[in-house]
Amino acid sequence: MTHSGNQPMRKPGPQASPLSQPFWEGCRERRLLIQYCPDSEKWVFYPRALDPHSWSTNLQWREASGRGTVASFIVVHKPGHPAFVEDSPYVVALIDLQEGPRMLSNVVECAPDAVRIGMPVQVHWVEQGGEVLPKFRPADPRDNNGE
Amino acid sequence: MSHWNCAIAGIGELTPTRRTEGETTLGMIARVCIEAVADAGLEPAAIDGLLVGPQVGETPQHVPATVCEYLGLKPTMSNVVDLGGASGAGMAWRAAAAINAGMCEAVLCVLANSREPTPPRSPNRNPIREFDVPFGASGANAAYAMIAQAHRHHYGTTSEQLAQAVVAQRRNAARHPQAIFRDTPITVDDVLNSPLVAAPLRLLEIVMPCAGGSAFVVTTSQRARTLRHPPVEIAGAGEKVTHRAISGAPDLLSGPLKPAMARAFQQAGVSATDMNLLSLYDCYSIMLAVTVEDAGLCPPGAGGRWLAEHDLSPEGDFPLNTHGGQLAFGQADLAGGMSHIIEAVRQLRHQAHGRQIANARHALVTGNGATMSEATALILRREE
Repeated sequence: MTHSGNQPMRKPGPQASPLSQPFWEGCRERRLLIQYCPDSEKWVFYPRALDPHSWSTNLQWREASGRGTVASFIVVHKPGHPAFVEDSPYVVALIDLQEGPRMLSNVVECAPDAVRIGMPVQVHWVEQGGEVLPKFRPADPRDNNGE
Repeated sequence: MSHWNCAIAGIGELTPTRRTEGETTLGMIARVCIEAVADAGLEPAAIDGLLVGPQVGETPQHVPATVCEYLGLKPTMSNVVDLGGASGAGMAWRAAAAINAGMCEAVLCVLANSREPTPPRSPNRNPIREFDVPFGASGANAAYAMIAQAHRHHYGTTSEQLAQAVVAQRRNAARHPQAIFRDTPITVDDVLNSPLVAAPLRLLEIVMPCAGGSAFVVTTSQRARTLRHPPVEIAGAGEKVTHRAISGAPDLLSGPLKPAMARAFQQAGVSATDMNLLSLYDCYSIMLAVTVEDAGLCPPGAGGRWLAEHDLSPEGDFPLNTHGGQLAFGQADLAGGMSHIIEAVRQLRHQAHGRQIANARHALVTGNGATMSEATALILRREE
């Protein structure tokens, strides 16, 4: 785990399995594809071989709205992985998607001290190490600035 | 009636294949569990026990929690059985033992493995590695900071309140000859001025990793009475596992310790206010606040205030972590959690020299794993 010269350390990217591949392919097309179970009428995230609510395997990929709210958030000052030191302090948040599932992501395009619980956010696609990650930005541009 | 009084009621089996193509172990576990539970004629919600093998789902630790989260199960007993080729048979009697102990009623025992043509790039391919780590969220700090942030937002809990609990533990540790921080007292200001690690969490609210170890021996009460020390009875126990990643937590403000403690209190026929010692798992300051709320010592949301308002010393109204807790005694990896049992036994034997709680009879011990995911509660009692 050394890095030399001006080359930034590589951030750990998602390690997709064939089951989760449609999610990451969707990200590359800037589409938030989430599993949906017509039997329980619930959305499922992260991708699974079964719906954890009903144990139905009748899962479909559907495009989610990309809208959500911040359920909780933190400002990382001392990252657990050295590749993220260059970004700190940065915001990691739990996002409640409008469709129901909660996902972990970053809130970007926003001063860390302007983020608050309950803030409406919108998916914001960010390229990172050759992959496209679903990050989030404030849905209302007036929320972007800290005090 | 047989010795065990338990039966195998459902089975599932995947067709053996030389290779798998694009399968994860978790996915295969899901398929075979659907079969077994359907074969038993049970609903998934009826499963309240889970036994799994090690390394399931390519995850180095927290294997039962990872499988629980994937399957949407919330069992009241779960465990890894790591006995190689004897694991399956080893699961059968352990399942029956747990049922006989009254910890659960229907145990799902599962073993599965994938065999992909090309070995995986990384040995760690669990959902957290795929969906949390790329966002710069690795380790427990992020999870407990999320819990602390939610607690502050919803209940108005303050850094000062939690800092007071940290300082009280440090003060207790000064009276334990083996505590790692016994000679380093701190103030509330020291805690509040320590570096932000994952805001709102600061350095002195987080356990420091260290080396160490703990062990204990369990035997029958009858036999214990013939041995060297006053017996410390296991009077009640409860367990609950709900999720693995913080994004999968059913509630950021209350954890699986709540039902685990309720079961333990019920088995022992006591309540939280009967406890002479609270030996509460304290990986982070916020964990203490959530636990005293979940134990029923104060209303939801009042944990921060409760910790700040009570005397937590051995002479206090609510002695709490008289060894200093892991925050001040030290967290020797998994043995850190066991330190809460060792201290409770010393107090209940009346052998906690220099910090003995007068007439200690009952102790509540809590264990907590992953992201407020895995919970076990014990009521320990000194025999009269």
